[in-house]
Amino acid sequence: MELDAAKMIGAGLAVIGLGGVGAGIGNIFASLISSIARNPASRGQVFGLAMLGFALVEAVALYALLISFLILFT
Amino acid sequence: MACTKTTRNRATNKVANPLEQFTIKTLVPIQLGDVDASLTNSGLFMVLTVAAISLFLTLGMRQRSLVPGRWQSLAEISYEFIAGMIRDNVGSEGRKYFPFVFSLFMFILFANLIGLIPYAFTFTSHIAVTFAMALVVFLGVTVIAIARHGLHFFSFFLPSGVPMVMAPVLVPIEVLSYLSRPISLSIRLFANMMAGHTMMKVFAGFIIPLGILGGWAPLTVDVALTAFEFLVAFLQAYVFTVLTCLYLNDAIHLH
Repeated sequence: MELDAAKMIGAGLAVIGLGGVGAGIGNIFASLISSIARNPASRGQVFGLAMLGFALVEAVALYALLISFLILFT
Repeated sequence: MACTKTTRNRATNKVANPLEQFTIKTLVPIQLGDVDASLTNSGLFMVLTVAAISLFLTLGMRQRSLVPGRWQSLAEISYEFIAGMIRDNVGSEGRKYFPFVFSLFMFILFANLIGLIPYAFTFTSHIAVTFAMALVVFLGVTVIAIARHGLHFFSFFLPSGVPMVMAPVLVPIEVLSYLSRPISLSIRLFANMMAGHTMMKVFAGFIIPLGILGGWAPLTVDVALTAFEFLVAFLQAYVFTVLTCLYLNDAIHLH
């Protein structure tokens, strides 16, 4: 197989992991919404934790994207 | 094709590379013996960032009124935000680390925000810069932990209440996850910045070729992306700093 074709296929395979990241982010914000709905007074505290959790999950998305770019461009 | 004007270079027929915006260009060549200490576009923007932060804080606090005006309010909010973060995550013993954490947060925040100005350079989109910062945090936190607890620091890798049978499996995993902290810290920031700017450039590259009829779609996406990048600029600075505070907490209190 040509190297360029293999790179394209590898890059495509590498981003399959982003599906899990989408599920994870949805999970975080679903629990944020239901926890604020149960206890509106906790909004300030919980929101900060939700932002931290979101950024940590998004970092995983970017690791997958980084590997994909590494495969594609080097 | 309906487009009459394109930005394609017809002489070489090359499409502009969205990754070209990250190249480091030497502005003022300075050679100190063997060391290349030139002022680059990255260095220039670091100087600009520090100048912007200093002006923001000193000019903001110039009035020193008891009831703050708008600018003083912003300066005080930024101080209180980090002070509160340290209070919540590290406790009262973390107060002596406030100057470092505050500088870290403001540096990353202003770097990310200034990078959003058109034609500006985002130096936090380089792994060299973010890894240097993450390494400083990691080594600093480890040194603080060892200075405070001595050899008892290594009990950090064996959580309490774990049966000794599992220790040979658990300790290497714990050590590995501890060593991966600077890597994840640096890659998170650098990948966010690089991905954001690359996406903006890619969509911007579609605007002109699609012409007056189709160019509105990538333009709208670009506007939305820019708004998202403002959020990401704040968020990444916040996450870097919060994780620094959490690692400090681990070092000071050994869970």
